[in-house]
Amino acid sequence: MREKILGIIEKNSRVDIKELAVILGVEEIDVVNEMAAMEAEGVICGYHTLIDWEKTSIEKVSALIEVRVTPQRGQGFDSIAERIYKYPEVNSVYLISGGFDLLVTLEGKSLKEISQFVSDKLSTQESILSTATHFILKKYKDHGTILSKKYDDERMKITP
Amino acid sequence: MRNPLADKVVEIKPSGIRKFFDIASEMEDAISLGVGEPDFDTPWHIRDEGIYSLEKGRTFYTSNAGLKELKVEISNYLHRRVQVDYDPNHEVIVTVGGSEAIDIGLRAMLNPGDEVLIPQPSYVSYEPCAVLAGGVPVIIDLKAENEFRLTAKELEDAITDKTKVLILPFPNNPTGAVMEREDLEAIAKVIIEKDIFVISDEIYSELSYHGDHVSIAALPGMQERTILINGFSKAYAMTGWRLGYACGPRAIIEQMTKIHQFAIMCAPTTSQYAAVEALKNGDEDVAEMREAYNQRRRYLLHAFKEMGLPCFEPYGAFYVFPCIKEFGMTSDEFATRFLEEEKVAVVPGTAFGESGEGFVRISYAYSLENLKIAIGRLGDFVKRLKEEKRDNA
Repeated sequence: MREKILGIIEKNSRVDIKELAVILGVEEIDVVNEMAAMEAEGVICGYHTLIDWEKTSIEKVSALIEVRVTPQRGQGFDSIAERIYKYPEVNSVYLISGGFDLLVTLEGKSLKEISQFVSDKLSTQESILSTATHFILKKYKDHGTILSKKYDDERMKITP
Repeated sequence: MRNPLADKVVEIKPSGIRKFFDIASEMEDAISLGVGEPDFDTPWHIRDEGIYSLEKGRTFYTSNAGLKELKVEISNYLHRRVQVDYDPNHEVIVTVGGSEAIDIGLRAMLNPGDEVLIPQPSYVSYEPCAVLAGGVPVIIDLKAENEFRLTAKELEDAITDKTKVLILPFPNNPTGAVMEREDLEAIAKVIIEKDIFVISDEIYSELSYHGDHVSIAALPGMQERTILINGFSKAYAMTGWRLGYACGPRAIIEQMTKIHQFAIMCAPTTSQYAAVEALKNGDEDVAEMREAYNQRRRYLLHAFKEMGLPCFEPYGAFYVFPCIKEFGMTSDEFATRFLEEEKVAVVPGTAFGESGEGFVRISYAYSLENLKIAIGRLGDFVKRLKEEKRDNA
């Protein structure tokens, strides 16, 4: 049941609990308990909203930053990652394989704000060897959702 | 001038769905619960293989019975999903949808006057195809109290000396009924005893919600007298690609291939390449879509219960077939009023045979969001009809 609940709420966190029980063919109370358990265990980390900021009048700039670091003795990458993710403007921090170590995504009001964050806050950290900043120009798809316009139902209205 | 037309063709009634289609399509703001095809797009990796085949210039005919690679994959698939083994070289033919397979299957098997048993309610093409093939359709009216399954008794009662073929359309369009193993075992006994053949239209096989689909060809002694028909339209959301297949005894498939060769040449090449990908890497897509349909099915049954609309629980396809007899209207009247008053199109059960009277077909090949709106209106409509009935009483 867990997997099925997650499959549904990953796409639609606003689904009604009663309806969730109906479409999964289980009791409402079981859904409630399972959701509460998953929240307590930290399986469910939040119920966010996917927003296409492009369609609003609010200016936002986001960037991906590749960061190369020197891992620290005894702590590996964790302590430097923590120093980075504590900044509220940082959206996500991933440790990754390949040519660099950390991938940081960042949101700011302007290019300048982001550049400043990189030069003042990131590059100055001792264990950070280098950074490469990529500004996001257009989001085509985010969190599994295509952000461009939706297509109409092109099927014929009635078919046998 | 002489009459240019063949009587046999002129005498065929146009599909009962036609009239309704015309009204519904003129009503611009109507929502429809009337389609018989998936709402999903063909999974991208399958489309991409089709596109890639075009880029590679694979734009020629394939061999008549279909691409070798595809026939091998079909054979693997049937082994994997229904535990029936077919020789891809001699016992499989790739067709233009399941529809062509029904047509050429009947044409390959019928002599003039042979009777074809057609359980109804069922898909609209069996009867005309049987007539065009020179056969005589004999209708078996399935009953709601049997959940629209075909019973051994009903089959036995319909068989005469002239009966040659039984069409077995399960999981069923429009009722959503399935035949489970014990149902099939019961009729298989009669089929073998009376020495008739089966055309088993299993196009909705992947959309089974109560255990895996069982093919009648998997029962002892049945493979040698069964043409198993399936296709890509429903399972992989590939209706527009027009691709299906038939599997059966070599002698029948050979004759079907002969008709197919002269009438069609071969199924669309692009679709065949895409279908190879579907069978190789599409199991997960099918499972995902099945789960989505199943959720909608549960939603609808629950909603019917709440509004007090009787409906047996269908275990297959993407249709529910609620009973509307209590309102004292024909299916046609119910569907027409529902369309006019609430702007929602459902299909009268009678479009699928006389025994569909008193029922309507509701398709759940729509997103839950769309279903909710339409079912809300159905609830209002049913409530109004119940009030009318009370006032008149």
